[in-house]
Amino acid sequence: MIGMNILIEKLKIDWLSNIRGDVLAGIVVALALIPEAIAFSIIAGVNPMVGLYASFLIAVIIAFVGGRPGMISAATGAMALLMVPLVKDHGVEYLLAATILTGVIQILFGVFKVAKVMKFIPRAVMIGFVNALAILIFMAQVPHFLGISTMTYIFVAVTLLIVYILPRFLKSIPAPLIAIVALTALAIFTNFELRTVGDLGTITQSLPSFFIPNVPFTLETLMIVFPFSLALAIVGLLESLLTATIVDDMTGTDSDKNKESRGQGIANIATGFFGGMAGCAMIGQSVINIKSGGRGRLSTLVAGVFLMFLIIVLGDLVIQIPMPVLVGIMIMVAVGTFDWSSFTYLKKAPITDSIVMVATVLIVVLTHDLSKGVIAGVILSAIFFVAKISKITVTKKVMNDSSIFTVEGQLFFASVESFLEAFDFNVNNEHIVIDFSNTHVWDDSGVGAIDKVVLKYYENNNKVTLEGLNSTSKKLVDKLAIHNDKNAKISAH
Amino acid sequence: MMYQKILLAADGSNHSIRATKEVVKITSLNANATVTVVLVADYSQAKSDVLHSGSSFELDMKRRKKLLPVEELLKQENVNYRVEILHGVPGPTIVEFANKQNYDLLVIGSRGLNSLQEMMLGSVSHKVVKLAECPVLIVK
Repeated sequence: MIGMNILIEKLKIDWLSNIRGDVLAGIVVALALIPEAIAFSIIAGVNPMVGLYASFLIAVIIAFVGGRPGMISAATGAMALLMVPLVKDHGVEYLLAATILTGVIQILFGVFKVAKVMKFIPRAVMIGFVNALAILIFMAQVPHFLGISTMTYIFVAVTLLIVYILPRFLKSIPAPLIAIVALTALAIFTNFELRTVGDLGTITQSLPSFFIPNVPFTLETLMIVFPFSLALAIVGLLESLLTATIVDDMTGTDSDKNKESRGQGIANIATGFFGGMAGCAMIGQSVINIKSGGRGRLSTLVAGVFLMFLIIVLGDLVIQIPMPVLVGIMIMVAVGTFDWSSFTYLKKAPITDSIVMVATVLIVVLTHDLSKGVIAGVILSAIFFVAKISKITVTKKVMNDSSIFTVEGQLFFASVESFLEAFDFNVNNEHIVIDFSNTHVWDDSGVGAIDKVVLKYYENNNKVTLEGLNSTSKKLVDKLAIHNDKNAKISAH
Repeated sequence: MMYQKILLAADGSNHSIRATKEVVKITSLNANATVTVVLVADYSQAKSDVLHSGSSFELDMKRRKKLLPVEELLKQENVNYRVEILHGVPGPTIVEFANKQNYDLLVIGSRGLNSLQEMMLGSVSHKVVKLAECPVLIVK
């Protein structure tokens, strides 16, 4: 009974504690979502409806099953960019199948608490991730304005002027909406030669319906779809958890990351069955939502529902939006996505972090695959980390009749070589003391190196004392070391 | 009757340190005065703040660190103070906080922007003066 009350109380807080703010913010977000959903569909190479349905479905479903109230999830650029080769080679039905499989993988990630693993993704990689995303979104716009016509350039420029200057004076109406309405009207009435959204696809003024993607249910299909789904699942989760952390910070509250990851999975599965493309949380839109006063789950629900309502009512007008206006808005999105403090970061951060960040960006820009950049970035920083901590120093001091070797640093597979090189084995009948109080022995290779040193000294009748091992190191040495065994051979490790 | 409840809006910058010095002068006249130091974590910085810190704990520490010079000044003079970290758009967030809690005085530093910068960046102290319901001291 008490549990029930707590549950109802929590539902009330999540849904009804901020009705006015949530509804207003939801409407603002819906207006901002439409151009992005269309633009991301165009990037992915699918009909705008695939992105619009995805944004509607994901927002509505996440409102109920997400782990972070007030966060906006929909069709995103990061996901759209990953889909390009799949759509190009196999078509949209494979994309829908991939979307469903993405959802399944994300639910598994949620169940196995992969959110925790995300902690291990270094900052430099995350910064590289958003920067690469920004660059790719910008690059995807270039073919839509470069060398088409003078009027195209003018419309892009005017859109940029509106979205950057108008908010200084007029805060109540989102500037991109004003740019779209004013410039679409201008384009319709003046008959300028401009490409429109309608040239790149159609808008269906109806609700999405359930169908099973039309792909052969074979192992071959799975083999085609799986790599894309895995990449989508990883990138989607990465952006969603980053966004959740940002919303956590802005609202000063906490959120359930594993629930979010399961929620993203559920939303993507449903979206795939209703003709939408895979999506995830959106940093920009979530920030807009919080800034506009959205806090609860209601804001996300309103954003999705109002988006669908606008498409059903105004679909005829939406297809008349000139492409250069959309391009201008997406340039703004790209600029907003980029982490401009990266430049000071490059100056201040350790050189290895800067290399990881730049490498992540470069690999993404070259492969057009965000997941490859992230994986390469993680591996590279792991290598740097190992290299950094594998520095070990051994200093020798002679006292009375014994030689004392003091070891400093971490003793593990990457540092055993420099550890071994530090010892001089051309001595007889001496007392050798090895002081481990400033080191930690991590693995079998480390213990093996100690064995090797001890046994080598034994060969020439030296006496060896090991000192100062900390308790975990000592346990490991006691368990694995063989140098106390009279018949021991070094090759045992 | 001297000022009892003082709100000091600070971000650790030089102008907020100048403001802190004025607060110290004011409180030196009244041993019972309490000061609330408020730092606003700007919404528009949230993304880069999160990206550039490993954990929310680290981010909290970074923000508290910004206030260290301010806190040092207050501690030196034995001022009775507490720190609040708020999230939002700086101007309106400071005003909302001040108006809800009935402060006797709000003290804030001014960046001293020229009119063009003010148009582009927006003056926080300007907004605060316009909308706060209590007396405001702007420190140049």
